[in-house]
Amino acid sequence: MRIGILALQGDFAEHIAMLSRLGVDAFPVRLPSQLNNLDGLVIPGGESTTISRLIAEYALAKPIRELAYQGLPIWGTCAGMVLLAKEITNSPNGTLGIMDIRVERNAFGRQVDSFEADLPIPALGNHPFSGVFIRAPIIEQAGPKVEILCQLPDGTIVAARDKNCLACSFHPELTDDLRFHEYFLNLTKEGVFAKRNH
Amino acid sequence: MEKGSWKVKTGLAQMLKGGVIMDVVTAEQAKIAEDAGACAVMALERVPADIRASGGVARMADPTIITAIMETVSIPVMAKCRIGHFVEAQVLEALGVDFIDESEVLTPADESHHVWKHDFKVPFVCGCRDLGEALRRIAEGAAMIRTKGEAGTGNIVEAVRHMRAVQDEIHKLQSLPEEELVAEAKALGAPFELVLEVHNTGKLPVVNFAAGGIATPADAALMMQLGAEGVFVGSGIFKSSDPPVRARAIVKATTHYQDPSIIAEVSKGLGIAMSGLDIKAIPKEELLATRGW
Repeated sequence: MRIGILALQGDFAEHIAMLSRLGVDAFPVRLPSQLNNLDGLVIPGGESTTISRLIAEYALAKPIRELAYQGLPIWGTCAGMVLLAKEITNSPNGTLGIMDIRVERNAFGRQVDSFEADLPIPALGNHPFSGVFIRAPIIEQAGPKVEILCQLPDGTIVAARDKNCLACSFHPELTDDLRFHEYFLNLTKEGVFAKRNH
Repeated sequence: MEKGSWKVKTGLAQMLKGGVIMDVVTAEQAKIAEDAGACAVMALERVPADIRASGGVARMADPTIITAIMETVSIPVMAKCRIGHFVEAQVLEALGVDFIDESEVLTPADESHHVWKHDFKVPFVCGCRDLGEALRRIAEGAAMIRTKGEAGTGNIVEAVRHMRAVQDEIHKLQSLPEEELVAEAKALGAPFELVLEVHNTGKLPVVNFAAGGIATPADAALMMQLGAEGVFVGSGIFKSSDPPVRARAIVKATTHYQDPSIIAEVSKGLGIAMSGLDIKAIPKEELLATRGW
């Protein structure tokens, strides 16, 4: 299985390390030519404005959007969630505009408000998942077909799935818990991309 | 819910990786940096080249400047406090900056001790010239390290020296048998637990950027190929003839640091780089990198 990690800026190496532990061929993607023959794509944490500018400079938006519409599983963590959103509250527009969610950037405040919290995520089993929120965004609104995967006690949505795409506000790649990465790999076993390869 | 944990402090540094952190002295410059793709800005009153030129005591920037920059950009804002000046650090934390640089570029406030950084919720970045210095700063609570280089010179030679020193010492630690690690910890002047961790993992326990003297896209890519996880550019951008163009080029060269054809492409037509200084021409007492203990 080949999983590309968008490696323009951010913590892509942490995602590669987690997926490698799961026995997957995970590698960095920086140019459109490296998007060929993927089974999945991860957009890591980092600065969404920086990644967004580099996506534009190297014409990555169109091919990533096309792959998403063809059913390629794509997962965005933190900045990756901002980039996948169709709408961003406090920013002019979405970069990739793939998931039917409206996202607010830096929704908890500045770095001094960054936090860790144990999260209930039924899709990952009964044991809570350690959520690391760093200048994190939230999902303010999700479309009718979007599946909510995790909410904070006050109802704030911090993880969701829209068909073949997945987004979370927090950073599973900064923990030792492989369950979220396994959940993503399970998406790659569904849909047209799975049929092509298996 | 736990705020200000070690995980969220070191985690922000991990989010900055592969990026360029740019020195800015006005909100307008901060906007130029953000638009060019900076992953963070360092809010200052004067860039290091001007601090070097004007002499005198260099202190934390006026909070008015820092606040104006924080209100202008959505990327993380860093600010510098003097070495050991924990009240400047308290002020910066109260302002809500995202990262504090306890920096040798400012005039040290304490010639024996650095700030005890574990007391703060905000993460700190500190400079180093070698592995021992890096591990001492991490022991005090630095969540990120940068090589010192020689700030404000536009000369990359010291950053290269410091990055090579750190990498060489890491490789040496990896190859030492365990019974020699205590003596090596003593030689490095670093806590044994951190020496053991580097021996086991082959890398620093926190993110390590390069700083001090980066003036061109090739300089940035050089530091990345030598093992930096990102770069700070101080005077190099806003002391050049065309800051927005040079800033964009350095961002691209940092991402594509392994691709010489892209570095060549982005290096075209950048205008004039900041004028550089030969390190040997600087009187010893004016070297910034030797500050810090």
